Amino acid sequence: MNDGQNSHAEGAHPSRTGILRWITTTNHKDIGTMYLVFSFIMLFVGGAFAMVIRAELFQPGMQIVQAETFNMLTTMHGLIMIFGFIMPVFVGLANWMIPLMIGAPDMALPRINNWSFWLLPVAGTILLSTMFMQGGGPNFGWTFYAPLSTTFAPQSTDYFIFAVHLLGISSIMGAINVIVTIFNMRAPQMRLIDMPIFVWTWLITAFLIIAVMPVLAGTVTMMLTDRNFGTSFFNAAGGGDPVLFQHLFWFFGHPEVYIVILPAFGIVSEVIPTFARKKLFGRTSMIYALASIAFLSFIVWAHHMFMTGLPLAASMFFMYATMLIAVPTGVKVFNWVATVFKGSLTFEAPMLFSLAFVVLFTIGGFTGLMLALIPADVQYHDTYFVVGHFHYVLVPGSLFAVFAAMYYWLPKWTGHMYNETLAKFHFWISAVAVNLTFFPMHFLGLAGMPRRIPDYALQFTDFNQIISVGAFVFGAAQLIFLYIVIQAMRGKGPKATDRVWEGSHGLEWTVPSPAPYHTFGEPPAHVERH
Amino acid sequence: MLGLKNLRLLLSAGLATFGSAAFASSYNMPVGVTPLSASMHSLHMTMFWVCVGIGIVVFGVMTYAIIKHRKSKGHVAANFHENTHVEIIWTVIPFIILIAMAIPATKTLIEMDNTEAADVTIKVTGYRWYWHYDYLDEELNFFSHPTTTQEEIRNLVAKREHYNLSVDQHLVLPINKKIRFAFTSNDVIHSWWVHELGVKKDTVPGFITESWAIITKPGIYRGQCAELCGAGHAYMPIVVEAKTQEDYDAWLSEMKAQKNPS
Amino acid sequence: MLNATKKSNVRLAAILLTTAFGMLLFAFAMVPLYDAFCEMTGINNKGGRVRVEMPTEVDTSRSIKVKFITHVHGDMPWEFYTAENTLEVHPGEVKKVLFYTKNNAASDMSGQFVATISPGQGTRYVKKTECFSFNRQFIDGLDEKEMSVVFFIDKDIPDDVEELILFYTLFDDTLGAKT
Repeated sequence: MNDGQNSHAEGAHPSRTGILRWITTTNHKDIGTMYLVFSFIMLFVGGAFAMVIRAELFQPGMQIVQAETFNMLTTMHGLIMIFGFIMPVFVGLANWMIPLMIGAPDMALPRINNWSFWLLPVAGTILLSTMFMQGGGPNFGWTFYAPLSTTFAPQSTDYFIFAVHLLGISSIMGAINVIVTIFNMRAPQMRLIDMPIFVWTWLITAFLIIAVMPVLAGTVTMMLTDRNFGTSFFNAAGGGDPVLFQHLFWFFGHPEVYIVILPAFGIVSEVIPTFARKKLFGRTSMIYALASIAFLSFIVWAHHMFMTGLPLAASMFFMYATMLIAVPTGVKVFNWVATVFKGSLTFEAPMLFSLAFVVLFTIGGFTGLMLALIPADVQYHDTYFVVGHFHYVLVPGSLFAVFAAMYYWLPKWTGHMYNETLAKFHFWISAVAVNLTFFPMHFLGLAGMPRRIPDYALQFTDFNQIISVGAFVFGAAQLIFLYIVIQAMRGKGPKATDRVWEGSHGLEWTVPSPAPYHTFGEPPAHVERH
Repeated sequence: MLGLKNLRLLLSAGLATFGSAAFASSYNMPVGVTPLSASMHSLHMTMFWVCVGIGIVVFGVMTYAIIKHRKSKGHVAANFHENTHVEIIWTVIPFIILIAMAIPATKTLIEMDNTEAADVTIKVTGYRWYWHYDYLDEELNFFSHPTTTQEEIRNLVAKREHYNLSVDQHLVLPINKKIRFAFTSNDVIHSWWVHELGVKKDTVPGFITESWAIITKPGIYRGQCAELCGAGHAYMPIVVEAKTQEDYDAWLSEMKAQKNPS
Repeated sequence: MLNATKKSNVRLAAILLTTAFGMLLFAFAMVPLYDAFCEMTGINNKGGRVRVEMPTEVDTSRSIKVKFITHVHGDMPWEFYTAENTLEVHPGEVKKVLFYTKNNAASDMSGQFVATISPGQGTRYVKKTECFSFNRQFIDGLDEKEMSVVFFIDKDIPDDVEELILFYTLFDDTLGAKT
């Protein structure tokens, strides 16, 4: 195995070949690639579930699946997308880019890095296998409230709990690795304040992960003992409280949604300055805003519980704290716009996805603010309004940022420019389809359609059909992306320069394209200061 | 390439028009028939217009920049990358807007919380997958089962009007009286939601939650369970029938006579 | 990698791992903390199971309407009701309310009653000196039982609380009783 001593010259090759290389690798680029491949496989699996869901919802009545199967599909769609796609894909980007961006030779704990990755296919297999067990897989929503997920849940739930534990361990180890790498392995001249924003977002995200993934672990363990060992954490009969489950879950769950958006903010903060050929506006306040958002994310969890009968004082506190998050988030949006304003703009795929992110994530933010108002939330909660809200922040939000990152850094990873024309197709079809799919959901919610239902009242048919068509088009458009990435990995397309993009800044652009197997064996000579 | 960028503008305009057309129709939150539902609607519309206003400004600036500040048009990038004054302004102004929104929201929230001095109290129990209503001061209680058939669900016969929104026994209530709801569940967490009454509350097994409404117009108001509760979650509707006091009293005597024939 | 960096990496990693473990313990600590917090503030409407001393004076200037609501959970074959639906109570006044339970099954069973009080801000002012929810209740097959709750409302109850609901859920505890 290679260690940091670099007995080879800079840019040497992996020591093993074939399958064994990938199983035993401790190289951050290899591990990053594996995370990315795994997560995109999961994106298509979760997406396939969504296609079945939307096919069933195309018309009222039950045409394709039974209600219990539908509940399982919606549950698995959520679990796979969150734990199988969006979290691992950001870890993959972190693995590839953090060492390159801070001038480090690798991550701080390379073997733990390997274990963190390989836990994922194991956990994913266990989770997906529950769908084929007696009684079916998890069917209680990705939020798995008790007692639906304890007393009334299928037998496979204990395996679901085990999978969640494995996913959590992987995440925590990855987060520890990120923090140690960032604190200990930066190029000597790089102070924390000089770090790229993407690295900042991952530093904060990693702390969030360490704070809340263990709470999830504790919660599912309590579920396990309630189910199998006679405890009554969430069972009123034994002196427990189902609402306690919700407090525990959402104490994890709210920071979790910031875990899956903060790295997206970081990506957009890297891409926009490059294609605007202008420095990020308000760098310092961007960092303060990130820290405020992360702090606030810990004290708003009960805004997911406004209908559970919270006492007045608690309701007021959580309403105000939730509204407050709009302030630092707004600052970030304004700063991105100010970066674009009076720049010298070009619109390659990374920029298209980032600009769409700013507009469409903001729309998701607006509906979030509407949801914060408790009296209005009486009419929004558990309806398609909420489904529209979170899909806006996750799909044209997080996912678009991921696409931006992929197009932005793919030439650095593969040494070849991706097909820009096809990428623009991918963008435009996705951008139109994503709005066609998720915008009408707000109206469905306002009109009275609850969420997590396989069948609905007749007046909801038209919009459901529009949504389903949009979803099918969106799903199909991702095949274009798959083709583009595979072609770039196969070495098709013009060779990329080291700099790749005219307006790019940062250490990752000082190494060759494709990036050599080992980089920054020696710290970089020059670091940009802020 | 200019054409493609304008396409995006067109799209946003289209969505806005589509959106506003929809808002005039049944696709918006209803004003409803209770004072609380009307407050909820007005809060919703106010926040909506605030967001539209902010959106127009922010997206307007972006759109302007996308059109005018392109490299292909020869625009050269400016150098500015910070401005403390501006940052303070766009931190303070949103903060003020939020405080302005919080005031009416808090007022309605406090009103929602006060279930005292009710004229009628109903104990509502969620079951998998139907509801039970108990008129606590009247010694009358009954189950309310969905009446949509399996044949309709499986597309073997045509779906009737109010598909998935009809029950065998309506919850009948008098208008212009304060109705207090006491909720619980017999199994998992359900949620009782009637759109036009502006009432939604989770029903928690072993615990009690409360809500209230004053219905101002006679009529039939349909709702649904709003918390995933298993296979039948989509199939446990709620139907409230509000009657004038005389009609309600008549209905009440008739129901009691049926349940306790003497 | 220099040995010094490696050591520092492992040390920092150990600190972070300990923090993660601490958060796990925090999750479990939430359980008793939640109960304590709820007892203090009445948030989850459960109220204390602590026996209390009798009050000394009655505040006749105000009266509070207390409603009693019962529910038999699941498909337990018992009946459970009270004759008195609603009571007017002065703060400090001790009241006794009777409840009736009937086991409609042929076999002996036991039930656990769980009491909750609404609204939350009134919960900690309801003091029960005697309540059938304090213990498991055994009833032979086809037999019935009369049970009582003796309670008073603390004088310090805020002025804006004028009504209370005392809600009892009956759970089947037969299996639990056997172990």
